[in-house]
Parts: sequence; structure tokens; C-alpha cells
Amino acid sequence: MAQIKLSNLRHSYLSKPESDEDYALKKIDLTWEDGGAYALLGPSGCGKSTLLNIISGLLVPSDGKILFDDQDVTALPPAKRNIAQVFQFPVIYDTMTVYDNLAFPLRNRGRDEETVKERVTAIAEMLEVTDMLTTRASNLSPDNKQKISMGRGLVRQDVNVVMFDEPLTVIDPHLKWKLRSKLKELHQRVKATMIYVTHDQTEALTFADQVVVMQDGEIVQIGTPVELFERPAHTFVGHFIGSPGMNVLPCDVKDGGVFFAGERIGLEGPLEDVTNGAAEIGIRPEFVSVSGNGTGLAAQVRKVADIGRHKVVEAIANNSRIHAILEGDAPNAGDQVNLEFKQSQTRLYKDGWLASTPGEGVQ
Amino acid sequence: MKTQNQRAWLFVTPVLLLVAFNALIPMMTVVNYSVQETFGNNLFFWQGLDWFEQVLRSERFHNALGRQFLFTFLILIIEVPLGIAIALAMPKQGPWVPFCLVTMALPMLIPWNVVGAMWNIFTLPDIGLLGYFMNHTLGISYDMTQNPFAAWVTIIVMDVWHWTSLVVLLAYAGLVSIPNAYYQAAEIDGASNWAVFRFIQLPKMKTVLTIAILLRFMDSFNIYTEPFVLTGGGPGNSTTLLSIDLVKIALGQFDLGPAAAMSLIYFAITLLASWLFYTLMTKNDNKS
Repeated sequence: MAQIKLSNLRHSYLSKPESDEDYALKKIDLTWEDGGAYALLGPSGCGKSTLLNIISGLLVPSDGKILFDDQDVTALPPAKRNIAQVFQFPVIYDTMTVYDNLAFPLRNRGRDEETVKERVTAIAEMLEVTDMLTTRASNLSPDNKQKISMGRGLVRQDVNVVMFDEPLTVIDPHLKWKLRSKLKELHQRVKATMIYVTHDQTEALTFADQVVVMQDGEIVQIGTPVELFERPAHTFVGHFIGSPGMNVLPCDVKDGGVFFAGERIGLEGPLEDVTNGAAEIGIRPEFVSVSGNGTGLAAQVRKVADIGRHKVVEAIANNSRIHAILEGDAPNAGDQVNLEFKQSQTRLYKDGWLASTPGEGVQ
Repeated sequence: MKTQNQRAWLFVTPVLLLVAFNALIPMMTVVNYSVQETFGNNLFFWQGLDWFEQVLRSERFHNALGRQFLFTFLILIIEVPLGIAIALAMPKQGPWVPFCLVTMALPMLIPWNVVGAMWNIFTLPDIGLLGYFMNHTLGISYDMTQNPFAAWVTIIVMDVWHWTSLVVLLAYAGLVSIPNAYYQAAEIDGASNWAVFRFIQLPKMKTVLTIAILLRFMDSFNIYTEPFVLTGGGPGNSTTLLSIDLVKIALGQFDLGPAAAMSLIYFAITLLASWLFYTLMTKNDNKS
């Protein structure tokens, strides 16, 4: 168990990187606290897996250091780092039984058979695979194979960190949910630091206490699921988290206020040194209300999607698309409506980054 | 109501005809010869299973069969591990991959009788590159036309040279299909190189290796052209393998009955061995 610190980390897959574009990871500074449940969230190709492989030692970073409890492990191979990693596709040793698969990491490290038996039995119990222990691993279903892969990650008691690289990709949807809650439960029982890489926001938000959002090799925001939802630090986070994502509307900053389609829009609080000119308003669809009473932004409804628990209204105002999530009644497509934004949840973004601060609302 | 008709047979008929003309009918003529005696003039006399008994009891057949098993055993035990070792040593990516693959494939592209002729000249004691080098430079007496041991070494080395590539290419195909995650997981699990080979590479290569061994078994068990061109079965009978002996009986002595019986026995042994091997190798695949 250890605190993991990444300091000034940069990585390029090219031998002679020149510009920033050549880097898959651009300057990462990050500390993972001991025992935390983290998710690393971002779209495909944002550098999540690169970062994970650097922590596990499968990749050596171009620049920067990795510290486990202040000990520099940058040059150590994976086997010496005492970490565990579960991959996207289940990796099992076909010719071994489930028991031998789970015992493999322990036996390789020379543990005596008694300890091996004790640990394997305990892990099998947790994963509910006790009745399969004598089965040959190649005959298992994909979800059970992935359970065994996870088990091999968890079987060593003293690992510094267990990393999961999109482990539910090949799992059937109805089993995904089960395995996800299993993982959460496992984290509470084994208390190891866990890092869960995914591009699926639901997986990240259910598993993690802290979510690290990445884009283009950079960390955009670190926060609890609630923070990411309520105050995205970047419009990217706003887009990426939520379904549909945050509405981002082009606006003008002038005369100490913010204007969209000629109307002044109320913000959550004062602006932080925002120069006049183009900026963006960010508002979650959950905080947009729709009425026909003439107050608020005039818009036309383009379509309404009934997705069960609530309805998603897509409206057009001043050539910008705005989503609203409504409970109960919703207008019909083609209706002229008025949109109102909940002021305490309306934020300003300048060059993509959050520029408003919570406080007294400004009109 | 299910309509019952026999039209489906139309679909299988072409295949049945093809198999009949290229396998069943020629084979039945062999069966026909194997139970009859002929003195020419198209006169045949019923002989029953006498020829089979004669072949199975003949010392000549036992010796040829023994040599055949020895040959196949030796080339398998050399070519399979060697092929795996070369495949493991070959680069998995980069500009050298095509070079290695083509180099490996070259020996297999050479016609079998040319291979025999090449090695024949190669080993001639006074003018062959290898023969001259061994006899005159190293001073080791090496003449495969005189010495049975030298003849055996030559046919074995020739077969290894000609066919190890097949094992290499199949093993290589098996190796490159292993996802990188397996190696990464093994590294994290702290597995040694031997454990990686034993628990990842070998199991993943099992299917292709089964095919490689089967092909090498059948081909080497039926081998004729190369040793025939190289040694002609000599010196004496020391390299007379089953097929060479069979041709001697059938075409040299024109004993069609015993030759037919022998080829059926030969066929049965090849089939039985292949079937046994395949069944044993795949026995555990679907068992829990």
C-alpha cells in the first residue's frame, strides 16, 4: 500500500518528439492517495491507458518521475513495483485450473502453499467462484474469465495499487452491472488503492470516489462525481459527463454582463477577470426549464425524446441547440417556447475553462 | 407438413464423383490386386488374405517399417523443437519480418527431386561443397554412398533443411496471434521466461503445432522422392524407407499382389497414427 505520486510526467511514443502534439501525455502532476477508489475517465485515445501502463511499469515515461511513497520507481520493471493490473480482455492461463490461475502470482513470488491456499480461497469466496476452482480456466464464460483476471490482481495482499483497464468491455450488459458493484464491494473489503480506467461515465461515476477526467493527454479535472456534474472545470467535462451533456452556448461578455441572443443571462456569481468578447455559457439540461409564458429565452422545439423516466427536449434558440430535461409534461416538436436557466447553475467558460465563481448572482 | 424428397443428393453428387474418381476407385483397384495373384495376360486367381499375411510376416517389411519409424521420429524430434526455437527468435515486427518469412519459405519452394539432386551433389566427397569440406579440410571420412551412418545423417539433415520452415511458419503464426496483454499480465504476475513459454506461448501454439506435427508426420512417413534421388535406398538397404521398398516390389519385381497388400497396410498405419495423434491432442479441448 502506498501513496502514488506522478511528477512532471510526459510521454511520447516517438523517439524524437518535437512539438506538444507529439506527446501522448503532456505534463501530468497527480497524487493518488493510499486506499482511494479512482476512476480515470476520458475518450478513446486521450492517454488513459498510456498513463496506466506508466504507473504499472509496462512503459517508461519520456520525462518525469513516479514515486511510490517517495521512493522513485520510474526505472523499475512491473514485477518489482508490486502492482496488479487487469486488462480489457480477460487474460487467463488456458491450461491451468481456476485455482492455479489465482495462485500463479503468489507462486511466482515464492509464497508457501499454505499462504497460497488461504489467499486463493478467500479471493474465490469474494468473487463467488469457489465452485469453479477445479475447472480448467479455458472453459469459463467471458465474465467468469474476467473475474479470474481480477482475482489474480487482488490475490496478493500487499499490492501498492490495483489497476483496471476498461475491464468490462467484453462483458454482457446485464453482467456489467453485477461486476461493477462487485468491484465497489471488493474495494471496500480489500482497501487497496484502485484505479479504474474507462470511457464510460456510468462506470466511472459508480465506482470511484474521485474521478480524473483526461483529454488529449492532459488532466482536465479531478473531483468527486458530484463536483464533475455540478461544476465542470472545462466545457469538455460538461460535454463528456451527463446524458445529454451540458449545453454550451456562445455568448458575448460586455458591460460587466453576459449576453446570448441579445438577452442578458444571469450567472451563478461574479466573473473572474473576464475580458470582454466571445465566451461560452454552460448550463446542464437538468437546470433548463421550459414554459410558454413569454418570460425567458424564445426558442423553437425541434424534437422531444421520451427516454422513460424523463423527456429530453431539443430546442433551437438563435441557431444554438439547447437540451432540456423535463419530468412530466413536455411541449411538442415545432412549438414556440421560452427557456429559463436556473441562475445558480449557470456558468461562464472562457476559452473552454470555467470563468465564473459561485456567489452573489449577477444580472 | 415436411416435404420429403431426395433432391439434396444433387448437391453432394459432384463431390462424391470427385472423391470416387480420385480416391475410391484407384483404391479399390489396389484392394482388388491385394487379394489376387496374376501371371499376366489379364489372368487373375483368388488369393484371399495370403499377401497380407506374407507382408506382415516378412522380415524385409519389418526392417523397412522400422527404418521408416526411426526416420519420422528423428525428423520430428529435431524439426519441431528447432522450428519453435526459430519462431521464438524471429522478430515480431519491423522491417526484418518479411525478410525472415521469405528466407524461411524458400526451401519449401524447391521441388522435391531438385532437393534430392542438390544434396546429392552437395555431399559428393570429391567435388561437393560439404563432401569436400568434410573429407579434405576437416579430415573426417564422410561418404554417404559407402557409409550407412553418413547416409542417414544426410537424409535427416536434408529433411530438416527442407521442412523445418513449415514448423517455423506455423509456430510463428501462432505466436504473433497472442495479444500483448498476455505478456503484460505475465510480467505483472511475476512469471519467468520459462513460465511465459510454458503457460502462454505453448498453449496458444497448440493448435498450429498439432497441425504442423500431423503434416510433418504424414509427409515424412510417405517420403519417397528426396531419399530416392539422394541415396536410392542405399548403401545396401540402409535407407530403404517404406515407400522406396514398396516401389521396388511393385515396379522393380512387379509383384503386384504383395505390393498392393503392403500399400494398404502402409495406408492403414499412416491413418491410424494420424488419427491417434489428433485424438490425443484434442481430447482435452472440450472437457471441463
